[in-house]
Amino acid sequence: MSTSAPARPATPIGRAASGADERLTIAGPLRRTLNKVFPDHWSFLLGEIALYTFVILLLTGTYLTFFFDASMEEVVYDGSYDPLRGVEMSKAYATSLDISFDVRGGLLMRQIHHWAALLFVAAIVVHLMRTFFTGAFRKPREANWMIGVALLVLGILEGVFGYSLPDDLLSGTGLRIINAIIMSIPVIGTWTAFAIFGGEFPGEVIIARFYILHVLLIPGILLALISAHLLLIVKNKHTQFPGPGRTEDNVVGKRFFPVFAVKSGGFFMVVFGLTAALGGLVQINPIWLYGPYNPGLVSAGSQPDWYVGFLDGSTRLFPPWDLYIFGYNIPPLFWPTIVMPGILFTLLALYPIIEAKLTKDTAHHNLLQRPRDVPVRTAIGAMALAFYTVLWISGGNDLIADKFNISLNAMTWVGRIGLIVLPPIAYWVAYRLCLGLQQHDRQVLEHGVETGIIRRLPHGEFIEVHQPLGPVDAHGHGSLQYGGAPVPKRMNHIGGLGRAVKGFFTPIEDAAARHDPALDEERQVELTGSGRPKDTEA
Amino acid sequence: MSTPASGEFPAGDARSGAHPGEAQPGGAQPMAGSPPVAGPGPSHAELAAMSREELVTLGGEMDGVRVVYAEPPVPPGSRLERRAVRQVAASFLGVTLSVVAFVVLFVAWPWQLDYSGQGEGFDYAALYTPLLGLTLGSALTFLGVGVVLWAKKLMTYEVVVQDRHEGASPQIERQTTAATMLSGLNDTGIGRHTLVRRTLLLASAALGLLAVVPLVGGLIKKPGDQLFRTPWEPGMRLLGLDGVPVRPLDMRPGSLQTVFPPVEAGNRSADAVTMLIRLLPDQAQRYRPREGQEGYRWNDFVAFSKICTHAGCPVSLYEQETGLILCPCHQSQFDVTDGAKSIFGPATRSLPQLPLDVDNDGYFVATSDFTEPIGPAFWERSS
Repeated sequence: MSTSAPARPATPIGRAASGADERLTIAGPLRRTLNKVFPDHWSFLLGEIALYTFVILLLTGTYLTFFFDASMEEVVYDGSYDPLRGVEMSKAYATSLDISFDVRGGLLMRQIHHWAALLFVAAIVVHLMRTFFTGAFRKPREANWMIGVALLVLGILEGVFGYSLPDDLLSGTGLRIINAIIMSIPVIGTWTAFAIFGGEFPGEVIIARFYILHVLLIPGILLALISAHLLLIVKNKHTQFPGPGRTEDNVVGKRFFPVFAVKSGGFFMVVFGLTAALGGLVQINPIWLYGPYNPGLVSAGSQPDWYVGFLDGSTRLFPPWDLYIFGYNIPPLFWPTIVMPGILFTLLALYPIIEAKLTKDTAHHNLLQRPRDVPVRTAIGAMALAFYTVLWISGGNDLIADKFNISLNAMTWVGRIGLIVLPPIAYWVAYRLCLGLQQHDRQVLEHGVETGIIRRLPHGEFIEVHQPLGPVDAHGHGSLQYGGAPVPKRMNHIGGLGRAVKGFFTPIEDAAARHDPALDEERQVELTGSGRPKDTEA
Repeated sequence: MSTPASGEFPAGDARSGAHPGEAQPGGAQPMAGSPPVAGPGPSHAELAAMSREELVTLGGEMDGVRVVYAEPPVPPGSRLERRAVRQVAASFLGVTLSVVAFVVLFVAWPWQLDYSGQGEGFDYAALYTPLLGLTLGSALTFLGVGVVLWAKKLMTYEVVVQDRHEGASPQIERQTTAATMLSGLNDTGIGRHTLVRRTLLLASAALGLLAVVPLVGGLIKKPGDQLFRTPWEPGMRLLGLDGVPVRPLDMRPGSLQTVFPPVEAGNRSADAVTMLIRLLPDQAQRYRPREGQEGYRWNDFVAFSKICTHAGCPVSLYEQETGLILCPCHQSQFDVTDGAKSIFGPATRSLPQLPLDVDNDGYFVATSDFTEPIGPAFWERSS
């Protein structure tokens, strides 16, 4: 290329790097990756939890496949769990028991897998709420929001298929309901159920079919969608909260290498560690207590995993409405289990487009919004959460009725009425809260922070001294404009109380050394020269 | 003023290094992958003479990255730094110790629980999984905590600003790309040759069929009348859970028994499972059969399908005093004295009734199959 070639690298690593670059021309892209800036905020870690639990699921799930046999063939159990020995059960259930009792550390892996699945969906939901309430889904990130919604739906499905596999009494009951839900679809329901279950329920193939969906097809799609999700983040770069120096055209934070990469790696290990501790210390899904599946048996208080609870709730609350069209039947099960989640997830996926249409907002947005600054969206979110929460609680209304000695029928009616009444109330309350918080921000910007210092004026009036946040005009009113970032509301938010003395064993006399006399002086001047006195005189 | 206002955007302090003019939409933005540095850049000799810091700054400039603030979180060589080093090292030591503990426990701790009930004292195997979880969890958490402490306390605290280049591509890119695409499309002639286009569309639809037909064809099963009948046949005896035929005197008033037909795997059948109920005397008196099913009871005995007409769970919580049956899945309630009519919850239809009789040997028999489809509803059922 050039006349004076650079010298050969001296070290072996340098030579290896040079050799790799000669073949791949990778120096530029690699440097750009190392230099990539990531904004720093705790709420950006929520999505990372979802990613890390997915990795944990892949690792533990692969382990479990070595011991699990997804067969519905009947065998007589002969493992080491005495109470079930000699009982006829499917191979799937028998091998699930073997993982729990006859594989060293198997129970630990099974429980880590289950806990990670619960956390996976939970992390997705919390991450989705963060994205929603801060407006991170706006242009140019609408497609990534939709991928996220697809990941949520697939994550729930993957979880349902997963907990159906052990073929115990609880999961079999779940399969029975899934079969009934599919059968309730108009026109094609019966044929679809027969196709999926290989005949009338329960058939002999459903566990094996769900198994291949659970370990191959859906994880494959999840993996592809997660990759697309991350690639789009890299392409669009992260959003950031407004703050000093942060604009729509930049990213302020830390470079990928080394700080962000090291911190993220550490965070992965913390998530993995806590999930592993949960898996060992907190029992989850003790399938040996339920016994093998028998269509004629059920245990009271049958509950799905948490993320299906809202569908269970909607099913419980739906009134007994049977619909007949030309002698054909649409069962009441169809509406709360197919139509309602269909509408909910469609609205969720299309929300960015709906909002952009209604607000006629076509601009690019890289700065996030505080929920209070968008009262309508925040109120819509609160409304949706109220709707979801009523459904979710109703999914366990029999347990609440039992534990708190309430009539079951009353719980059902509370849910039915609450589902209609609570969301508008939540909307109104959230909307007013947003406006109140907005006003308080403006008030502090205009009049300053309450200092807690009460003064008595010469003519006897008592006033509280306020600390302005910026330059003030002749009337003592601050001239700062609200910029979408948190406004300090207490004196210690602006260093009024000095820095906290850190360290358990640090001698307290250090605190004196940290005290800045210059700061005191300045404060003295400000307190006397500003605040209400001028205001009242004017 | 002692405090900067967070709500304020200082105009152009951190942004002062940004290249003016670059952010103009549609303007001459640097193309992805090419350095925004104008001109040919430094020569090899100049590069060789640069220090590492200078090279980092140069690379940052090429990537639109500026370090606006960098400070070690603790003063180098200070007591705080030595303490941070000790904390990180202690965490990493904790990893090794936890892993050793995990491996030792994994191998040496008793792990198979004794369920025979003959063991005395505390069964230490019950602690196997909790101990593994504790040590594995602490190993990974120690590692994570150590790494995070390392990054927070020993690595330079930095505030870095990177420019974004987004939005539409420069006009030159857009127009040349569009022209290239359209010209290529034009070359194919797909716009002119309508016949090619239409037959291709048709072929695509046909190929779609090819993807669907084998899967559907393989999976499809004709439901036939399977949902309209169960294994019950006239004259079949009602077997209890133990496989013994049931006689009237086996049951006290107010009791419920689950019964099955005497067929292969009948006790695992998902549609034949039936509840045989002996009503209390007063319930038997006020019992109201469904229309046309007056003869289905036998004295104070009635039999109903155990499969819920809502979602197919076995309804199994029978309240003797009120004669109510509750489904534990979605809380539908059925009144046995009213022909097992659904009285609360999402279920719409009564539980189907099995017609009962007693044969010459004194055992219960079914006089026919259920006279309507049992279990959850579906499109084709007409009532």
